[in-house]
Amino acid sequence: MSASIGLVFFVGAIGLSLIGIAGMLLSNHLFRMVLALAIAEAGANLLLILAGYRWDAVAPILVDGQPAQAMVDPVPQAMVLTAIVIGVGVQALALSLVIRVRQHYGTLDMRVARQCMQDELDEAAGVTPGRSQERPAGGRPLPTPIAEAGGRRQA
Amino acid sequence: MRNLATLLFLGGLGFLLLVITGDLVFGDPPMLIGRGIQQAAPDQVGAANIVTAVVLGYRGLDTLGELSILFAAATAGGLVLGSTRSRNTRPAGFILRTGVDLLFPLLLVAGLYVVIHGHLTPGGGFQGGVILAAAFFLPLLARPQDAPDHAWLSVIEGLAGTAFIGIGLTALYQGEAFLTPMLDKGVLGELVSSGTLPLLYLAVGLKVGAELASLLVRLSGDDEVTS
Repeated sequence: MSASIGLVFFVGAIGLSLIGIAGMLLSNHLFRMVLALAIAEAGANLLLILAGYRWDAVAPILVDGQPAQAMVDPVPQAMVLTAIVIGVGVQALALSLVIRVRQHYGTLDMRVARQCMQDELDEAAGVTPGRSQERPAGGRPLPTPIAEAGGRRQA
Repeated sequence: MRNLATLLFLGGLGFLLLVITGDLVFGDPPMLIGRGIQQAAPDQVGAANIVTAVVLGYRGLDTLGELSILFAAATAGGLVLGSTRSRNTRPAGFILRTGVDLLFPLLLVAGLYVVIHGHLTPGGGFQGGVILAAAFFLPLLARPQDAPDHAWLSVIEGLAGTAFIGIGLTALYQGEAFLTPMLDKGVLGELVSSGTLPLLYLAVGLKVGAELASLLVRLSGDDEVTS
């Protein structure tokens, strides 16, 4: 009975992490990626807390100066406190980056933003979009002649 | 293709984590250090909240590192967002303004209570600091037109960080390790007890509150596409 309850808790915590990671990998929306990061963190924190749980135990706080019979492990709780604070910092930084992307490109879709960024890079580097590695020039099945490529490398 | 690879990766990761946690006995943790700390903490540190004893007494250096990470994140956020962001100047509605006026003193008291009782009850500098940050951010939400200059936030932040390091250095000066709890431990469970831990948590609370408040102020600017 107790083992099955523990399994349910562990599966829940791991599942929360996996949902968060799946959201980060599969989503194309930047804000949703930040939210998925928060969910993954919650799963990891839950896993840590579960690792320090003890049956019929109270929170690790002494009441009236007398230690209780059983208290849960305080070390994972302190670590999770650290992890939560650092997670807040990471999320705040990620959100400010997302705000900058939205200000600059006017979108939160990662694919559109990436395309805009690629165009900007091409423009700054002086590469015409038709010749970039992502979009090779159409209607020219042969690769670039060696002489031309060598000349460009020297230049 | 990308979805398939993602699902395969997630399945493998989930299997790995399940196998690892399968060896953990739920409800009976095999870690010995937690039990040792529970036995030793009341005499060594004198804090009723053993999590506080761990965070500030046994691994105070880690807490300093944690504060540094939070400071770096807040600074980087300010660097990314810049200070020239246009601020929302539309006045808020009646409900928000009245609610903020009612909530501000309550939030202030609750935040300070959580910070100061960090060594006795659940809570502490980080949690209370977040409440304090909310207390100082709400008036800005209600009255964005007369937002005060937030230079004093960085002054508080700097002073609190200096106080934290200064307490640690004082311990070093007295021949102990860095951030060793000092002063009289007092009676377990009383407000003035466990030496320098309440002072450290007060510094942490002020620092976290000021950092988060300035971060919220920066994040709350108007989302106009300006460039």
